[in-house]
Amino acid sequence: MSVPDSLRRTPLHAVHVEMGARMVPFAGWDMPVQYTGIVDEHKAVRQSVGVFDISHMGQFIVSGNGAEAFLNRVLTNNIAKLQPGQGQYTLLLNAQGGVIDDLIAYRTSEREFYLVVNASRIDADWQQLESQLTEDDDVLMANASDFTAGLAVQGPKAREVAAAVFGSTDSFPEHNTILVSMTENGPMWLCGTGYTGEEGFEFFMPAETAEGWFRKIVEAVKAAGGMPCGLGARDTLRLEMGYPLNGNDLSEQRTPLQAGLGFFVDLDKGEFTGREALVAQKAAGLPDKLAAFRMTGAAPPPRPHYPVVSGGQVVGEVCSGTQSPSLSAGIGMAYVPLAAAAIGSTIEIEIRGRRFPAEVVKKPFYRRPATS
Amino acid sequence: MSNVPETLRYRDSHEWIDPTQSPSPVGITDHAQAELTDVVFVDPPKVGTQVTAGQQVCVIESVKAASDIYAPVAGEIVAVNDALSGDPGLINREPYTGGWIFKIKPSSEAEFDALLTPEAYTKHIA
Repeated sequence: MSVPDSLRRTPLHAVHVEMGARMVPFAGWDMPVQYTGIVDEHKAVRQSVGVFDISHMGQFIVSGNGAEAFLNRVLTNNIAKLQPGQGQYTLLLNAQGGVIDDLIAYRTSEREFYLVVNASRIDADWQQLESQLTEDDDVLMANASDFTAGLAVQGPKAREVAAAVFGSTDSFPEHNTILVSMTENGPMWLCGTGYTGEEGFEFFMPAETAEGWFRKIVEAVKAAGGMPCGLGARDTLRLEMGYPLNGNDLSEQRTPLQAGLGFFVDLDKGEFTGREALVAQKAAGLPDKLAAFRMTGAAPPPRPHYPVVSGGQVVGEVCSGTQSPSLSAGIGMAYVPLAAAAIGSTIEIEIRGRRFPAEVVKKPFYRRPATS
Repeated sequence: MSNVPETLRYRDSHEWIDPTQSPSPVGITDHAQAELTDVVFVDPPKVGTQVTAGQQVCVIESVKAASDIYAPVAGEIVAVNDALSGDPGLINREPYTGGWIFKIKPSSEAEFDALLTPEAYTKHIA
């Protein structure tokens, strides 16, 4: 099968093919969905370590004397709380309070911020940020997405991989922190974040250096008992944590309050895009809410767009849904009326005309076993 | 390379049937299980159902997607593999043995002639 010209390729595309990955279109990119199998890769991340190509994600650098004030005017979380080296999960909203994107914002220095955004939203995010920028803002924005490759190393043995690759664990970033270092090829960003619920780091580097780093990391990952992983495992891992996926669980039609992300919205920090709409929605009451559910008996896995039934009526549809490899049960998320969203509520998922029972549960679906 | 046993017959939609046994077990090929990846659920057909060749009879679900399974030949479904409800991964591990999905009593022996030979199926998946 040939790849349509419209699909973009990461700097690691040829290496994925060489390593036997199965490539599929994702967010406009031709990406590895798996190397050996989704369940094996999923378990590798939970039990040892895995490495993912995340070069399709976008990176913006926002700098200048007015960078903090500007970002606080366009993002929901309070960026002024970040010290240099710290990061936070935050949201970019439209004027109606709808989610344009969810992203991680790092403060790399007093006057510079590094934003990691979703692949499918790079253009929409950039347009939104530009449209909010005024002549008076002392702010410079740079889109580094096209020149930057990214790798995510995730799992209990991520630290071991960092030690093997970087020669020391001094460079292992703590959760929600960023380390920036200059190399002869350009800057390298090492971030203490991930999308799997496991310890690990995300590593962004000049595109031309990606292949060398990837091969080195794959070698270290394999030595630690792990394997390279595709987007299939990334999706089952993030869903077990209840992390939303833009396009499935987040959209410009619903607010972060409906998505259960109110914790990342600081309504008290001052004016920001979408704030008025959120305040009004809070006063009026939410029309629906993103509920996490688990199938309660033997059932086919729930999948996006399957109807959700409550009290005999179709009340919504599945946003994200899959078979959880850790729980061996179907899990998913769906926007449902508040009455049906309470923890413990019984709902049904309609699968090919048949209705299967499910229970609304607390997130995350999966909890990492306590380490002694 | 996918395993394509010599004694079986195949549909281009990747089901196999064993004409040497009566009733004949049906499953999906090694190639198909590898493409589907981890099978997590099998929705079996009803025993006693009369089917025509090419009729959609059940669905198997992998982590990635749901796939329709078609009857390779006309006849009656006389058994389903109960082991798959507890261990759907049998389809991945033993596609031609423990991972059979249902057994069919063909309405006539001639039904098998319309199916792909191992050589033809091997060419089909090449």
